[in-house]
Amino acid sequence: MHGGEDRNVGNAGVWNVEGEENMESNLMEALKARGISRREFLRFCGLMAGTLALPAGSIGQIAKALEARRRPVLVWLEFQDCAGNSESMLRSGHPTVADVVLNLLSWEYHELIMAGAGTRAEAVLKRVVEEEKGKFIAVVEGAIPTGADGAYCTIGGRSALDIIREVCPNAAITVAMGSCAWDGGFVRSAPNPTKAIGTSEALPGVRVVNMGGCPANAVNMAALLTHYLAFNSIPELDAYNRPLFAHANLIHDQCEKRANYDAGRFVEEWGDEGHVKGYCLYHMGCKGPEATYNCPTVRWNDQTSWPVKAGHGCIACASYRFWDKMSPFYKRLPSVPGFGADVTAGNIGAAFLGAVAGATALHAVGSAVRRRVRAGADARTKPAKKDEPREKEE
Amino acid sequence: MPKIVVDPITRIEGHLRIEAQTDGGRISEAWSSGTMFRGMELILKGRDPREAWLWTQRICNVCTMVHAVASVRAVENALEIEVPDNARIVRNIIGGAQMVQDHVIHFYHLQALDWVDVTLALKADPGKTSQLAESISEWPNSSPDYFKEVRNRVQTLVDSGQLSLFASGYWGHPDYRLPPEANLLAVAHYLEALEWQRKFIRIHSVLGAKNPNLQTYLVGGMTTTMDPDVPEAVINIERITFLQELVKHVSTFVDQVYVADVLAVAPFYPDWFKIGEGTHNFMAYGGYPEVSINDPGSLFLPRGIILNRDLSTVHPFSPTEVTEYVSRSWYTYTGGDNVALHPYDGETNPAYTGPKPPYEHLDTDKKYSWLKAPRYQGQAMEVGPLARMLVAYASGQKQVVAAVNGALKALNAPPEYLFSTLGRIAARALETKVMADRLSGWVQELADNLGHGRLQIANTEKWDPATWPRSARGFGYHEAPRGALGHWVEIEDRVIKNYQCVVPSTWNASPRDAHNVPGPYEAALVNTPLAIPDQPVEILRTIHSFDPCLACAVHLTDARGRSYDEIKFW
Repeated sequence: MHGGEDRNVGNAGVWNVEGEENMESNLMEALKARGISRREFLRFCGLMAGTLALPAGSIGQIAKALEARRRPVLVWLEFQDCAGNSESMLRSGHPTVADVVLNLLSWEYHELIMAGAGTRAEAVLKRVVEEEKGKFIAVVEGAIPTGADGAYCTIGGRSALDIIREVCPNAAITVAMGSCAWDGGFVRSAPNPTKAIGTSEALPGVRVVNMGGCPANAVNMAALLTHYLAFNSIPELDAYNRPLFAHANLIHDQCEKRANYDAGRFVEEWGDEGHVKGYCLYHMGCKGPEATYNCPTVRWNDQTSWPVKAGHGCIACASYRFWDKMSPFYKRLPSVPGFGADVTAGNIGAAFLGAVAGATALHAVGSAVRRRVRAGADARTKPAKKDEPREKEE
Repeated sequence: MPKIVVDPITRIEGHLRIEAQTDGGRISEAWSSGTMFRGMELILKGRDPREAWLWTQRICNVCTMVHAVASVRAVENALEIEVPDNARIVRNIIGGAQMVQDHVIHFYHLQALDWVDVTLALKADPGKTSQLAESISEWPNSSPDYFKEVRNRVQTLVDSGQLSLFASGYWGHPDYRLPPEANLLAVAHYLEALEWQRKFIRIHSVLGAKNPNLQTYLVGGMTTTMDPDVPEAVINIERITFLQELVKHVSTFVDQVYVADVLAVAPFYPDWFKIGEGTHNFMAYGGYPEVSINDPGSLFLPRGIILNRDLSTVHPFSPTEVTEYVSRSWYTYTGGDNVALHPYDGETNPAYTGPKPPYEHLDTDKKYSWLKAPRYQGQAMEVGPLARMLVAYASGQKQVVAAVNGALKALNAPPEYLFSTLGRIAARALETKVMADRLSGWVQELADNLGHGRLQIANTEKWDPATWPRSARGFGYHEAPRGALGHWVEIEDRVIKNYQCVVPSTWNASPRDAHNVPGPYEAALVNTPLAIPDQPVEILRTIHSFDPCLACAVHLTDARGRSYDEIKFW
């Protein structure tokens, strides 16, 4: 590809590229032959190091490790999906995410974009499972139906369950990308007409990395793959087996509208003065106070925007079973924002919802409570408590 | 001879299976089967209609946003909400940008490999490729050095022994007819288009928060607030300038790369102007309102129906004439499977009767698909770019007439060549041009409103469900890249009682109906030659020319008489 114009890649991507001096020239030659410039590659490594919160000196290590003579093979399985995660990768917008990932891996099976069809396609999958056993990366997109003997999703006459059970246990690493592959997503929402389940439920005993999000952000997926390629390991995971680098913080705590929340400035009606001025969307149903994800910092499509910036509340799309547990999406959260899921408005007192000054003060209390709760829960090993499902309001 | 099976059909969205009977090297009969089902409409029942768009958008994300806009329009239609002018314009820009991006992606990344042999690009002479490029277009990336670099990239890929996505291609198939230089040119543009669309689609990020799954729609308008002087407003002077930049060069890319490539490739495959049409009937709901979605006369892409290839008459379209059969689909109707039901009266009882997986063949004499069979006045209809261009051409829509006549002249082809696989591909390119040319005008309309202080973006009079009637129903529509899209919603006691989507690929990939009338894919494949049965390039050419989207196509209506009491949201 041709060099994109220089753009500020934002907080997640700001990175000092001094490490480039250590990069070996033959790597650069290899990348050039694949159409990637030195500058693009360094920007990519910087973005990855930033997203993964790695120390600056690790760029040399990333770069060196990515210099594999033989590229690891990746297969991408689509089941009850909408291709949103595939498209998330293709449209990531960042100058190099798709390029670099596509070029550093041998992307051999992906129905959406692969050249061959029918028996040719099936043969590729069969070959990878046999010849790359224990070495390849499997990505799953979409839910897996268990109803009707698997007839709700068949490929080449075989059920999704049949295929996933053959492929994934033979992979070095299985990644469930997006809400449907992780927990069944909307397909699994009540009344779950097809008895759909997520990848790890379909594969007992197989370790699955879950990339939340509807769709998952391509930068996070790239960061996961890069970490795996560079260090031959997966980054630290949370209680839901999601990467901690993407889920360590609440949306609310990273939100660019946070100052408005703290000052008690809320949107009360779509298009009102507060909406124009970018006030907090909590009263309009924003789920940011109960959702973790790095959406506010990584953003979308070359870091151009994200939902709250564009005037709509967060729907907690990277949270566990958010479709049932976080809807109705325009209903204000019953919990006091800032306190986390297990401290509800009822516990604190309805006064919060009325008084602006009170809200600010109570929020400070809430933050303190939450910090304590987090510390007690050992945020490094079990950080997801705050994002665990609330019981559905009946 | 046993039936040929192509499953999975790749380079599409969703899960499609084609079974075909051949006779003397040609397809004599074909069956199209959607092999995945999720049940979106069952899931929507009982939920807040104001959030239905967030759910329906997840039907498909190759066609991201189309099910969002159709959904908010259905609810707005039910509740009699007129959206502000700015919301109309923003929806047009988002939809138009999506159509342009989607068509470009389709041609280069989903369709081109049926006509282009990537491995032949290695034999190309960069100098001659440069001459070829400069003879068909003014696109600046045309130097010998540039093509040499691209060829080296292909060489690196091949030398690595790991062909990645290209590993499974039908390289060397005798019906790849382009000279090496044209293959190299196409590979270069495959790569350029991937890069181009990523930048272009930031229009969606500005006006839709992100892509895929835009998140700025509202029943009643959009969340993209407007104020020229407020930095926090989603649309302000700075953002308008950015949008103007993004749309400024779109026509250049479409004219000089996409349309130029289609016109250059087509003459190598002239017989494909006579293969692959099918139903002879074409339908467009129309889309992209210049005044209001409630004024079909104001639609930029006009509404209408062409019957039996007769371009002299455009028949009116009425949403009341749409019905669906399940005679050959894995559902049952309580009134018997041979009746056709209008979406408002639709019902769904999924009832799989096919072979238990794993299976070799479907029993195509019985039920064989998760797709229903939509019909208009009982007839199968093709929808999509070809249908839209034919309706617009026959209606005298002047941008379309100019684009179509220009292309026919360049190809030295009569209008009837449009009724074909290549005609469909050409129509998609021409539609992309027409839409790309219109985008900057809509951005300018938005800029004018911003400059003149016309800032309303949402109509919230009916946001509160307490203002709604006890029951209401509505029809929302949009011309999605793949064709006519309709959502039908019935609201009762503030929640969704019934919801149904009848989508483009359900029309096109439809199975047979109660009268054994085949759907458009099935009809289009008849008489298609097949040189090597286990390398079905020819099947892929015609199927891809429709741009299938099976995730969209498989859906179901409310299951009447079944109770889901456990879902309560109020």
